[in-house]
Amino acid sequence: MTTRDIVFAAVGVVTALSALLSVTTKHVVHAALWLLVSLGSLAGAYLVLGQELVGLVQLLVYVGAIVVLVLFALMLTRAPIGPHAEIDTPWWQRVAGAVLGGATTALLASLLLPLFSGVSVDLDTPTTTTPQVAQAIFGTWVWPFELLSVLLLVALIGAFAVSRLVLRRDADERAPVPAAAATGDRG
Amino acid sequence: MSDLAPWLEVVLRAAAVLVAFLVLPLLVGQTEHKVMAHMQGRLGPMYAGGFHGWAQLVADGVKFVQKEDITPARADRWVFRLAPFVALIPYLVALAVIPLSPTVVGADVDASVLLVLAVIGVGIIGTLMAGWASANKYSLLGAMRAAAQLVSYELPMVLAVASVALAAGTLSLTGIAAAWHPWWLLWQLPGAVVFLVAALAELQRPPFDMPLADSEIVFGAFTEYTGLRFAFFLLAEYAGIVVMSLLFAVLYLGGWAGPFEHWLGWLWTVLKGFLVAVVVIWLRVSWPRMREDQLQRLAWVWLVPIALLQLAITAVGVVMTS
Repeated sequence: MTTRDIVFAAVGVVTALSALLSVTTKHVVHAALWLLVSLGSLAGAYLVLGQELVGLVQLLVYVGAIVVLVLFALMLTRAPIGPHAEIDTPWWQRVAGAVLGGATTALLASLLLPLFSGVSVDLDTPTTTTPQVAQAIFGTWVWPFELLSVLLLVALIGAFAVSRLVLRRDADERAPVPAAAATGDRG
Repeated sequence: MSDLAPWLEVVLRAAAVLVAFLVLPLLVGQTEHKVMAHMQGRLGPMYAGGFHGWAQLVADGVKFVQKEDITPARADRWVFRLAPFVALIPYLVALAVIPLSPTVVGADVDASVLLVLAVIGVGIIGTLMAGWASANKYSLLGAMRAAAQLVSYELPMVLAVASVALAAGTLSLTGIAAAWHPWWLLWQLPGAVVFLVAALAELQRPPFDMPLADSEIVFGAFTEYTGLRFAFFLLAEYAGIVVMSLLFAVLYLGGWAGPFEHWLGWLWTVLKGFLVAVVVIWLRVSWPRMREDQLQRLAWVWLVPIALLQLAITAVGVVMTS
């Protein structure tokens, strides 16, 4: 048992516990804050495994941007202090959620554990993995990477389109135009 | 310090970073008092203690310590109390990896520029927690404004820094400053301007102090805070100025490049950083507060395209010279 094992175990326990708390707490904002702790300590796990680029990007993107947006959206809606009866779920939903979560975990574990059991990586000689990661993403896997960015672009354009559609309907209702012209325009 | 025992070296380095973290923000705060007083012709900050009002900061500190630590009755206790530390600690981590010279650095990390950007982004969580947990509508408004502003300005900042990292071919701050050349002052100028503006916005300093806007929403997310917890938020702001100024000096002004840089390198970095900090104070005194829509427009219509253009210019330059 090396120091690295102990630190990894500690970080892993924090990640798992905070993930569990984030789905079991009855305070909406607390759930988002526990999610933050969970994602942040996951970045710690990457760091312990010597993948500093992945860990830091995890911190920059998930903790610094995604969860901030989640918190932002929560606070825009009603996010009262204290437990909230309206967002509470019935018991059967909780059981179904637990079963689904357990099943996903089992599936992933049965897939990944045989694949990587017995694989060992030398972490004690300090090397920088950043160029390797860059080579992999922008060399070997450049087409999946570009496809993913097109997917994000489509989502962005879709969001714009949806917001424009709503605006135009509002404008139509406010200023009634001759029925024939309006239906002709819509197409 | 390589001939010391490893644990002793770690303790000494941590202590040195903590001392710098406690001293440098106070120095910037003192400078702000005096520079603002001179620029605005005010007599108040020049009174306490006699010569040039040197004791004003000490008096402020004593006042903060004496004040009662109040948690509002309807507040979310734990989140409310934790928020100042969540806002403060990221800057401590960031300061630990910023090099003053190749040898004077708290911890020499490989991807240090990425680490600094990542932890600075975490600081906003403290403001959000403070605003929500205060159970006060002004606090919540301030937190919402802060989050909207920081998410917008994070992108141009990361792009500007990416340009410098691309030019140097490394993610290490020490490596970037070592690769720096006076010619970068011109080559990286658009990126430097974008970085400075985005840094001001991330620090929520005037003219980007919409989240605090004392004439509209009292004091934003910090409205309900008193005593030491409020002082911690202020300390986070000044530590943020120190971190951003030193980062600007290392990324764009060559850090320790200067005469006798083997012996005096750290001094040049500190002096350049201090100069940037004075510019930050100067901007506070001379610009009016920007409106929310102007803020967003500046980020998305000007800064992001300029940063992307800078990235393209840098890429062309790197390809041409390599």
